[in-house]
Amino acid sequence: MVIFSVYVVNKAGGLIYQYDNYVPRAEAEKTFSYPLDLVLKHHDEKVVVSFGQRDGIRVGHAVLSINGVDVIGKNTADGKDTLEYLKDAANYPVSIRFGRARLSSNEKLMLASMFHSLFAIGSQLSPEVGSSGIEMLETDVFKLHCFQTLTGIKFIVLADPRQSGIDALLRKIYEIYSDFALKNPFYSLEMPIRCELFDQNLKSSLEIAEKAGNFGAGS
Amino acid sequence: MTVHNLYIFDRNGSCLYYNEWNRKKQAGISKEEEFKLMYGMLFSIRSFVSKMSPLDMKEGFLSFQTSRYRLHYYETPSGLRFVMNTDLSVSNARETLQHIYSNLYVEYIVKNPVCDSTHSLDSELFSSRLDAFIRALPYYSPRAA
Repeated sequence: MVIFSVYVVNKAGGLIYQYDNYVPRAEAEKTFSYPLDLVLKHHDEKVVVSFGQRDGIRVGHAVLSINGVDVIGKNTADGKDTLEYLKDAANYPVSIRFGRARLSSNEKLMLASMFHSLFAIGSQLSPEVGSSGIEMLETDVFKLHCFQTLTGIKFIVLADPRQSGIDALLRKIYEIYSDFALKNPFYSLEMPIRCELFDQNLKSSLEIAEKAGNFGAGS
Repeated sequence: MTVHNLYIFDRNGSCLYYNEWNRKKQAGISKEEEFKLMYGMLFSIRSFVSKMSPLDMKEGFLSFQTSRYRLHYYETPSGLRFVMNTDLSVSNARETLQHIYSNLYVEYIVKNPVCDSTHSLDSELFSSRLDAFIRALPYYSPRAA
């Protein structure tokens, strides 16, 4: 029962705060001999598995490190192109670590803006009158909860599907935002939130929500 | 307790079937544009979910909910997408959508040599059986709560 991350989006759709509470690192490291039986390809500045899912290595996993040395983007740490390196039989046997690629801050910005638009479209396509935007989005591994304030700020929480009390947690995060960000004279509206007290209080309320499993109102 | 509408999209994005039972508000754009917008939204949601997900997913996006309705999504391995909007009391319509696929779509469209499943589905038998099925659902009532 875990809360994965929190995102705060301003009314223009820009990400102003992001916190990863729990990032599960499901990685698989294996030793391979020539020729490699997985098909790799370039995707979004990363090298990902496109075919050959097996043993914990899934399609979409990125190459994280080769022989213990972290891979940066498309190249190995010494600057060689990863795909070229893996095509050369002389480099084998090689130990490669695969896993879900971590999101870069740019990608998080783009995803937050994408959600901002999807939220609005959800309201437009509503078959009922007076619908809000997307308040909860469910998949098999996580649930995304969104609370939009009257001023257009969205608080988004990604949590385990069985985690309860997220609505109260969202209201609590709003309270923390108004206490430690809005009342901070050095904070400008709609700008990225860089307030230490906001971070601290957010972290502690996430801990409370996770432990309780059910965040009580009025704490 | 009610079902608002149902869309069936093929994997290229064209809407094969649409029907509504209890829709109170139209989207304000033409039906064609609405289908494109719906498909586009679902495409973006799927891409968003696959990037955002902290763990590897098996089934992916299942449903979303707003303050007034809930959208249920089911995609077959062949890329056929079933989208159903219901009210908030329906928590899981995945089995319903699976039933629509395997017992209605496969039986009346795929197995019909005359029906072209790449174009708009105009089998009357399919429409009437689907309509009867939706009206017989335990959570369907003609007057929305």
